[in-house]
Amino acid sequence: MERTTLDLWVGLFVAAGIGALLFLAMKVGNLASFESGQTYAVTVAFDNIGGLKPRAPVKSAGVVVGRVGGVSFDTQTYEAVVTLDLDARYPFPDDSNASIMTSGLLGEQYVALEAGGSDKMLKTGDRIRLAQGAVVLENLIGQFLYGKSAESGAAAGE
Amino acid sequence: MPDRALIPVRKLGHRAIDAIWRLGVVARFFIWTLTRSGGCLRRPQLVMREIFSAGVLSLIIILVSGLFVGMVLGLQGYETLQTYGSEEALGVLVALSLVRELGPVVAALLFASRAGSAMTAEIGLMRATEQIDALQMMAVDPIARVIAPRFWGGVISMPLLAALFSAMGVFGGYLVGVVLIGVDEGSFWSQMQAAVDFGDDIMNGVIKSGVFGVAVTLIALFEGFDAPPTAEGVSRATTRTVVTSSLAILVLDFILTAIMFTGV
Repeated sequence: MERTTLDLWVGLFVAAGIGALLFLAMKVGNLASFESGQTYAVTVAFDNIGGLKPRAPVKSAGVVVGRVGGVSFDTQTYEAVVTLDLDARYPFPDDSNASIMTSGLLGEQYVALEAGGSDKMLKTGDRIRLAQGAVVLENLIGQFLYGKSAESGAAAGE
Repeated sequence: MPDRALIPVRKLGHRAIDAIWRLGVVARFFIWTLTRSGGCLRRPQLVMREIFSAGVLSLIIILVSGLFVGMVLGLQGYETLQTYGSEEALGVLVALSLVRELGPVVAALLFASRAGSAMTAEIGLMRATEQIDALQMMAVDPIARVIAPRFWGGVISMPLLAALFSAMGVFGGYLVGVVLIGVDEGSFWSQMQAAVDFGDDIMNGVIKSGVFGVAVTLIALFEGFDAPPTAEGVSRATTRTVVTSSLAILVLDFILTAIMFTGV
């Protein structure tokens, strides 16, 4: 085969391969949706994080504004300390409220961030004070049953 | 009498030593190939030719298999996910299984049988017709001239082929899932993008296919170089290439998966 045709084919092949990688990165993967370049990290302590995992989304009003950077355990307070990497484009007041939610009934867990009213904005290293941990399904069911039995007990007493 | 009873043990020992010796030869062959690759940089045309015969000529089979594997994943995944009422997760299922596992592994298996066997046969025949000895006679290093360009051609082609396989498979899953069955297009792509991570999933797939590329090409070249210079020897070496590299791909895949995806 002639050298120029061979070069052309190899060039096409390499370009197609790199194109496929780009397609995987942009269209299939999450590279386009959230660039990890400029973020600021804040921490928040929860009494229970349920099934929250690193890289879970942080959402505000349903929009992804960051990712969970890491989860660690504080032996002083016996609480879970979650690091949130928030996108630098989205500043939040320092009295914002973080809570752990579940998307759908059995879906993945994410951190919901609700903006507060303070003038001061969160910056790297800050700690979010208002936090509500994950709802544990077993506890809910337990409370429900306990409430029911108390109700029926009260009804029987009358 | 104890002497005769020991014969099977001795045979076992001989085989073990033989296997380890062979492993050592392969390792030395690998080191030679790496250290004598300098010529490839001076003459990139040699590598280009090998990328053509290993990569470009494998394109059709890789693209068509990728498309069909993706379409089958779309059908099967839909059937199963539908029973849980979560057919929107079809995109996640198709993309993750392709990018993490099927893309690198199936592409490498196809590459081993399409390009690896050809490499072994070619080099084995060069050996049998004394072309390699002729090169040596002319003071041309056969490893630098014949082996190294083929090695790099295979190593460069493999990740590209795996990426093309995965991309084609995702497209096949899209064709069956969205176009044919009618899964919602928006949630198909958005759930896929939410679940597939560039570093954890896509790059690990690329690393896997790179490792497979090294393993398959090395096995194919060594079997060819080592083949007895007879018609039977070359045919046996070709068979061994396909069998050994398929086994190597699957075992390496398990090891790599255990390292990559269990720590998370």
